[in-house]
Amino acid sequence: MGPKIDFTLNSRPVSLETDPLRRLLDVLREDFELTGPKEGCGEGECGACSILLNGRLINSCLTPVGTVAGQEITTIEGFRLTERFKVLDKAFADAGAVQCGYCTPGMVMAAEALLRKNSKPSEMAIREAISGNLCRCTGYGMIVEAIQLAAERGEGLW
Amino acid sequence: MKENISMPIPKVDHQEKMAGAANYVGDLKLPGMLFAKTLRSDRARALIKTVDTPPLPEGYFIVDYHDIPGRNRVKIMIDDQPFFAEDRVNYIGEPILLVVGPDKQKILEIMAQIRVDYQDIAPILTMDDAENQDLPPIFGDKNYFAEFAIAKGDPEEGFARAKYIFEEEFSTGYQEQLYLETQGVLGVYENGQITVYGSIQCPYYVRDALMQAFGWGSERVRVVQTTLGGAFGGKEDYPSLIGGQVAAAAVKTGKPVQLLFDRAEDLEVTTKRHPSIIRLRAAVDENYRITTLAADIRYNAGAYSGLSNVVLQRGMFNIAGVYHFPNLKVKGRTVATNTVPNGAFRGFGAPQAIFAIEMQMEMIARKLGLDPLDFKMNHLAQKGDSTTTGGTFRQAVKLPELIATVEQLSSYRQKTNEFTNGNHKTLKGIGMSLFLHGCGFTGSGERDFIKAQVKLRKLADGKVEILAANTDMGQGLKTTFRKIVANTLDLSVESVIYQNPDTTRVPNSGPTVASRTIMIVGKLLEEAARELKQRWSEPGEIEVTANYRHPTDMRWDDKTLSGDAYPAYSWGVNAVEVEVDPLTFEIQIKGVWSAFDVGKAIDERIMRGQIEGGILQGLGYGSLEKMESRQGKLQQRSVTDYIIPTAMDCVKMEHRLIDNLYDDGPFGAKGAGELTLIGGAPALAAAVSNALGVPLHKLPITPEYLMEVVKDGPKN
Repeated sequence: MGPKIDFTLNSRPVSLETDPLRRLLDVLREDFELTGPKEGCGEGECGACSILLNGRLINSCLTPVGTVAGQEITTIEGFRLTERFKVLDKAFADAGAVQCGYCTPGMVMAAEALLRKNSKPSEMAIREAISGNLCRCTGYGMIVEAIQLAAERGEGLW
Repeated sequence: MKENISMPIPKVDHQEKMAGAANYVGDLKLPGMLFAKTLRSDRARALIKTVDTPPLPEGYFIVDYHDIPGRNRVKIMIDDQPFFAEDRVNYIGEPILLVVGPDKQKILEIMAQIRVDYQDIAPILTMDDAENQDLPPIFGDKNYFAEFAIAKGDPEEGFARAKYIFEEEFSTGYQEQLYLETQGVLGVYENGQITVYGSIQCPYYVRDALMQAFGWGSERVRVVQTTLGGAFGGKEDYPSLIGGQVAAAAVKTGKPVQLLFDRAEDLEVTTKRHPSIIRLRAAVDENYRITTLAADIRYNAGAYSGLSNVVLQRGMFNIAGVYHFPNLKVKGRTVATNTVPNGAFRGFGAPQAIFAIEMQMEMIARKLGLDPLDFKMNHLAQKGDSTTTGGTFRQAVKLPELIATVEQLSSYRQKTNEFTNGNHKTLKGIGMSLFLHGCGFTGSGERDFIKAQVKLRKLADGKVEILAANTDMGQGLKTTFRKIVANTLDLSVESVIYQNPDTTRVPNSGPTVASRTIMIVGKLLEEAARELKQRWSEPGEIEVTANYRHPTDMRWDDKTLSGDAYPAYSWGVNAVEVEVDPLTFEIQIKGVWSAFDVGKAIDERIMRGQIEGGILQGLGYGSLEKMESRQGKLQQRSVTDYIIPTAMDCVKMEHRLIDNLYDDGPFGAKGAGELTLIGGAPALAAAVSNALGVPLHKLPITPEYLMEVVKDGPKN
């Protein structure tokens, strides 16, 4: 147990008492049973644990939970309830961008973070935006296409 | 559904994966579940004198070889690897015991208090150590797990009559699968039955390993696959080891036990692609034709044999690449070293061999002043030609069509000309690789060892369930299997069910390896579906079984390794364009084009995923992915040190598929999964070689290596 930490998790206010140095990834997975964010490397290189902190993409494995007090956290479990997710979902399906699926939740969060900043990204901008998210299955081409497709179809949503 | 089977459909497991709702083994949490962590050897080779453990707090356990009631050897081929070390260790990272308990931090504290007293033995750390030094062998008298030889024609005569002889040595490094989900298993012991859930590519391999570890019958052992976060061969053999360990822990503690690797541990101790040293010697006659190829192939197996001997065989059988040489002499050895055991990785021994022969062909052509592609095309195998093992290429070989397609997509000839004769300051290059992959198990393996069986069950509600043991690792099997059955039965894909295999529910349709699953198991499903269609109107539930039948025209002698090594071959051509930085020698990929003959794609979009993912793994193997062992210790222990390609390391790829229907595959399909990795590295190497005007003999092609060759080597 530790100090009380309050933050907003997927649009809901939450509160817990824990060691503020625990990794946010572990808190999400263990205390809140949100297993969408995955651990791929534990050192901020692979992006499988990507989530949004106040709309910005971060690696939850590098984030001590104490630092998110008062902040807004969105995981795939929150994002999947949105209209934007529906567009990305269909685009990822149509482009065949999901293979083993382990990188997918993080990749989707990276796509959302990009489209928030740039609703009409070029291929290079997409490649750059997902370059912190490793995928070993697809070779990335179909993921890039999926994000392009979502940007086209989601006109006005971002 | 009745349209062309290749037409893409949405993947059946898309939704749950997209939403982050799919359950991987690390997402499972059972009541009372304990965690386990492995205490490992920090010595490359030593006798264990004593293991001192601290008094354990209540609820904590140590699990070691005393807890393996049956045979403390992982069932695989030679069965030399213990689940837990007994009196000796043979590599850094070899498991000695598990510490098991409810709190992860407490487990680490206990581990820090354990003292292992070793007596070191001089280790064999490299293949050259094994050859040159007088160290006690790790295995057998000669320190090889196996030595094989194959030959055809009259190689002596070929060399005696040669006008030119070319000899080169090639070497390749490790490659780590780097599936994004690390290894993990979960053991549960209930009512006298052990269940292992896990990230498992071949559930029946783990079942057999458990039966041997416990000496129990199949009724007391159950293995269930959880959603696989990638495997690429890396979860073919390794889960048998940790499955046995976690099962022993579950039995001892009476509680569910989860064993998950962190990335550093996964990189350091799991199986990888075998480093190789390949020496090729080619005899060329006065018409510039290679009459004879002699090869000496060594694969570094590591400390235990695992699958290495079959990996080596595939390397040997592929050593002539897509070419037909009348005379051939191949010698191969799997060398035992005190390093991490190597194992299966997409391509399974072929990528090393294809790199060597493709480079050798390029070098011979250049030395003779010939165009490399023309030279290669003069040696292409054709239907009716003999294979390396004296079998026959029985189906049409559509290589000329594949080459023409890639030439057109890439403007290969025009660019080669331009880059070769152009200003070398730009350091641009293009390379082409030609390759094949023998589909399925070697020789009579399917008939004698695997004996695949599948079942289809028509349920009361009219849906059809597929009962088979094959796993979807991300390659799309759940979708392609269902398509095959749905298409044959004229049903919608939604009317066909395929769950993750559970060995107590499904027959053994064999492992999901060797590019066999669609071709062999898919064909059985097609046959079963045909029979079910005939019996469709029968009342109630209907169950149909299909058993593997060996093609009658295949002959194979396992003792001499001669005959038809594979029932069918898939083919590919890659072209890669690069630009090399003149100062840093970093390689930038500018274009990737490919064409494949996989018989018939069961789903074109899924096939594209295999192509683009496979090629990028091959390009990573060729350039970025460097892993080295020093004093028996792997130097790359994080994703920061071992670099795989990111989205920035590649460009949009273009590909074409050329149909070439195979009668013994479903809808004409052959194998596809491994083929796509094989051509990336040799095409990249040829491109870099073209850019710099120097021959290349080593993978991966790092900037450091290029600086060395450019300094020493002659320019064209």
